[in-house]
Amino acid sequence: MADVEIQNVSKSFGSICAVNDVSMTIADGDFVVLLGPTGAGKTTTLRLISGLEKPDHGDILIGGVEVTRSIPAARDVAMVFQQYSLYPHMTVRENLSFPLRSPLLKTPPDVIEDKVGKIAEILQISHKLDNRTTELSGGEMQRVSIGRALVRDPAIYLMDEPLSSLDAKLRADLRVELKRIQSQIGATLLYVTHDQIEAMTMANRIGVLEEGRLVQVGSPRAIYEDPISLYVGGRLGLPRINAVPADLFAGAPDGAAVMGLRPEHIEQNPDGKDARVLRLEHLGDQTQLHLEIAGHKIVTLTDIHSTFRTGDIVQIQPRHALYFDANGMRIR
Amino acid sequence: MTSVSAMEPGRGQKWLAAILVAAYALLTLLPLIWILSTGFKSPADSIAYPPKLIFEPTLEGYVNLFTTQTRQTEEYLASHPPGNWYERLVHDKGMVIAGPSRFGERFLNSVIIGFGSTFLSVFLGTLAAYAFSRYRVPLKDDLLFFILSTRMMPPIAVAIPIFLMFRAVGLSDTHAGMILLYTAVNLSLAVWLLKGFIDEIPLEYEEAALIDGYTRLQAFIKVVLPQATTGIASTAIFCLIFAWNEYAFAVLLTSGSAQTAPPFIPTIIGVGGQDWPAVAAGATLFLVPVMVFTILLRRHLLRGITFGAVRK
Ligand SMILES: Nc1ncnc2c1ncn2[C@@H]1O[C@H](COP(=O)(O)OP(=O)(O)OP(=O)(O)O)[C@@H](O)[C@H]1O
Ligand SMILES: [Mg+2]
Repeated sequence: MADVEIQNVSKSFGSICAVNDVSMTIADGDFVVLLGPTGAGKTTTLRLISGLEKPDHGDILIGGVEVTRSIPAARDVAMVFQQYSLYPHMTVRENLSFPLRSPLLKTPPDVIEDKVGKIAEILQISHKLDNRTTELSGGEMQRVSIGRALVRDPAIYLMDEPLSSLDAKLRADLRVELKRIQSQIGATLLYVTHDQIEAMTMANRIGVLEEGRLVQVGSPRAIYEDPISLYVGGRLGLPRINAVPADLFAGAPDGAAVMGLRPEHIEQNPDGKDARVLRLEHLGDQTQLHLEIAGHKIVTLTDIHSTFRTGDIVQIQPRHALYFDANGMRIR
Repeated sequence: MTSVSAMEPGRGQKWLAAILVAAYALLTLLPLIWILSTGFKSPADSIAYPPKLIFEPTLEGYVNLFTTQTRQTEEYLASHPPGNWYERLVHDKGMVIAGPSRFGERFLNSVIIGFGSTFLSVFLGTLAAYAFSRYRVPLKDDLLFFILSTRMMPPIAVAIPIFLMFRAVGLSDTHAGMILLYTAVNLSLAVWLLKGFIDEIPLEYEEAALIDGYTRLQAFIKVVLPQATTGIASTAIFCLIFAWNEYAFAVLLTSGSAQTAPPFIPTIIGVGGQDWPAVAAGATLFLVPVMVFTILLRRHLLRGITFGAVRK
């Protein structure tokens, strides 16, 4: 395990700047989550660190050693691909052993057997070890591809949405398991996800990418509660943060153009403004209330067994709302 | 299979297809059956009209193919009784075996030149196809077209210049020369066929191998090659069939030590009358290597391409 440092790294594909002047330090033992909508440059960032792409500018250091121009094998990184790519001509066992057999590691056979067995156990694929990878379900393939990274003990694990095609239960199991492995062996991880729960529960730090630029890095709480922009505010939170004109309610600071309202910023209060109920969505563990106020739509949460009906009028009022200027930057 | 899906042909259609396929197979097999049976006929039976479907099989053709014989006097034959079955066969015609014929040598030449050039074509073709498929090669499209264009004119059109060139550099009638020539002709086909197959192998596998601690070359050997076996096997078969059957260059450029079987087999006729069974025997044996090679590689052809493990 080692520190990983990215210094002013940029990478363009033709006219598209996929990663734009990104600098970031991932300390030894850190679990860093990258957030960003599709096309933000998350995968490209991982590929730059792994050496599958060479940056146009900037440097990459792993364990204090400059590796910007080194081949992937020389960097000692393990990666779980977004498109899990298991070797189709090998069995699950052979796939899992493949990194350990590399000329780099040259692991003795008994150690390979031991490690592969343990990882298969954790990932609940022991019974599939001798299957061909083409005979697996999508979720099983994904677990094998996670396993192929976990059998190693690299400087850093790079994981690109590793849990995305698993069912809810397995996903929750593996989330806990990954976090456990990480804290147990003190692994360093850079992890891409769209899943709020994964981001909030697994990360020490979250980095938010916007069109290739790293716009904010902070603890999950800081990213959620204290975003520097409306864009960052929109990355976490379900239902998403509502953006309404700042003058909809009184009390906006100077220069504020947009008010950001998360559900917990919206209070039902007889002194508030009238809002009309558009519809109610029961999601099981939460109930979303869709409102319309002065022509603006707002989604918030309400009592799970709420009995609101379309057309009802409720009074709402903001509490500790976030304010943003005309460019979407936060005003404190 | 018990369930019948909407896409599956009905019973009647299947029978019709089977009958058509069988008829076509019979049609294409007819010349082969003819050659095969002629090889086991006596010279008289081989030219009988109408053709004999039922005949007494003999190995005379094969013996004639592999030996040279001389006619001997009665006294000589009487004082030299035949030692084994094939000597007896010859003896009964009033001849004795003078020595082995050239067929074995020529056949061996065909094997060396055919398989040598096939190996070289597939080896070079795989490397070139990989480079064209994966690397940014300057003028890639032009180069690929140029490679293909070498196949556009009939090879025989350049026979005279090649004949002169070979003579000048001492490659006439050598194994190396013929291997080189057949490789040159086959390479364009090999590169194009193999590039198609390698293009189909997703880049992700190699990237995963690079991350797993392998170099580019190791990733190529361990991950790309095993998945390209279908392409390599079919390309090898195509190359071998061409090199094996090639006649025009072989006639022109080989006459002695490097002569291949195709130009040699017709010359069998000349030795002591029209010995059709010997010619047929030569042609039959000539078919065997390509057939065996194809059967050996069939597993790879049928296994198909397994692209199941990359999420698209
Ligand atoms: N090999 C490539 N060639 C051309 N453009 C590319 C290439 N790889 C990425 N890009 C572009 O770079 C940008 C960032 O891509 P990237 O794959 O890093 O996004 P991402 O954040 O991982 O998105 P997603 O959440 O959809 O996986 C996109 O606009 C993409 O089209
Ligand atoms: Mg991606």
